[in-house]
Amino acid sequence: MNTLTLAMRDSSTMVRRQLKRLVRYPSMTVQLIVTPVILLLLFVYIFGGTLGTGIGGGRDTYVNYVVPGILLMAAATAATGTAVMVATDMTEGIIARFRTMRISRASVLTGHVVGSVIQQLLGMAVLIGIALAIGFRPNATVVEWLAAVGLLALFIVAITWLSVALGLKSSSPEAASNAPMPLVLLPFLGSGFVPTDSMPTVLRWFADYQPFTPIMETVRGLLLGTPIGNSGAIATAWCVGIAALSYLWAKSTFNKA
Amino acid sequence: MTNLAIAANGLRKSYGDKVVLDGVDLAVPEGTIFSLLGPNGAGKTTTVQILSTLIPADGGTVQVAGHDLARRPDDVRGAIGVTGQYSAVDKLLTGEENLLLMADLKHLSRRDGKRKAAELLDRFDLVDAARKPAATYSGGMQRRLDLAMTLVGDPRLIFLDEPTTGLDPRSRRSMWQIVRELVANGVTIFLTTQYLEEADELADRIVLLDHGRLIAEGTADELKRLIPGGHIQLRFAGTHRLDAARQVVGAGVADPEALTLQVPSDGSVRAIRELLALLDEHSVEIDEMSVHTPDLDDVFLTLTGQKKEATR
Repeated sequence: MNTLTLAMRDSSTMVRRQLKRLVRYPSMTVQLIVTPVILLLLFVYIFGGTLGTGIGGGRDTYVNYVVPGILLMAAATAATGTAVMVATDMTEGIIARFRTMRISRASVLTGHVVGSVIQQLLGMAVLIGIALAIGFRPNATVVEWLAAVGLLALFIVAITWLSVALGLKSSSPEAASNAPMPLVLLPFLGSGFVPTDSMPTVLRWFADYQPFTPIMETVRGLLLGTPIGNSGAIATAWCVGIAALSYLWAKSTFNKA
Repeated sequence: MTNLAIAANGLRKSYGDKVVLDGVDLAVPEGTIFSLLGPNGAGKTTTVQILSTLIPADGGTVQVAGHDLARRPDDVRGAIGVTGQYSAVDKLLTGEENLLLMADLKHLSRRDGKRKAAELLDRFDLVDAARKPAATYSGGMQRRLDLAMTLVGDPRLIFLDEPTTGLDPRSRRSMWQIVRELVANGVTIFLTTQYLEEADELADRIVLLDHGRLIAEGTADELKRLIPGGHIQLRFAGTHRLDAARQVVGAGVADPEALTLQVPSDGSVRAIRELLALLDEHSVEIDEMSVHTPDLDDVFLTLTGQKKEATR
């Protein structure tokens, strides 16, 4: 067997390990699914009427507007969970054991990433299901749906590698739970909950150029038919860039430790 | 000449200003139990971490299982197994799943993996607990599972870093038994411990490590003879023989009550032979003889104590 086959085999072993762990310890998964659902309900039923009026409609209009933001926020929240899981795992003796074995080094991290991505796609499906139940009305074709889900999956991969790196950099699981916090705020400081043109200039400048905005605009455009412009290309570039850099960062941090 | 499982020359490691290993040389013959003994902070765990590829050394050349440690760490990893001080099991997985995980990572086929896991569960008395999460295991069971996981790939060289620290006496004895069985099958064991009894019980060769330097090396008996405090005790049938013996030997502490004479000695065969020959020459009959060498505790305390005095 060559190196690549071995790396694939070790990674799939580690993915199986991670999935078993997620099943054994389901409270984290439940929390990651429930939190965004609560946020969705909160924004639609409490703020939705007023905010909907602000963007020239009502609660129904706002459901459609807010779902992409909540989807990204769910991913950002999950990133915190991933960082904590990685940091906790690193404190366990089993990681030292893996390091003394002839296995592909990145496979441990790949296991975490694939496990988290599966967990998050599951959460996303639940979230979209509930959104549809409370009035989310996308007008997308199958191709547009696939493109939107593809971009979201790419985003999840990117943010998960970033949180793996942050988890590895953290000195303790507690510290790891703080590191990805800013990510949770980024949907607010973008076009996630209100259009950026309602913001003060400085904030608006930031909101327009930060990575979450083009991703949310693209998902919104694909699902609801709003104009996308060059957001799609920018969004993809951001995701690929963040994923690649975070992967390298995580890998070198893991090798050094 | 026997092959060396580990050959290290001038091993060095420091963290900032703190020198942890200061030029350590090791030669571990294949198929033996080699024990690194030392107090906490002596550098034992650092040595194991370096030899098992966890951390790089700052200096020195090392061959482990015939491979250069710095240049071919993956080949070293393929030949070794490590059971550390802290249990290296996945606590969320069951005992059986932990073993199957190792089998997968050792690239065994599914069938071989299952057979190996079943065999190890049986051997380590974990059959009943096989389907329970490792988090529910007692300390001794976790340590047994840990060692079982190390054995999945049939490593030829096993590092045991304080394998019985924190275990009750019974679990410790069963761990010793397992270690003996491994060596009987030709495996080399590199054992670190802070229990002198353990080194005495198991090790073919012992090195004493203190403040990152080797301060003594040898078999347990050789080490015990390194320091004063040993004596040969002779017992006689009556007072007149005791008196005669004392006159002939011209040294020693007599105890008329117990009818014994304690003669200071290093306890070596030569010293015993000379003493017996001397008494024989003068026709002093001995009832009983015993050799008292200092135990490793004495050696340890004396040698590490001396070292401290010297560095002050």
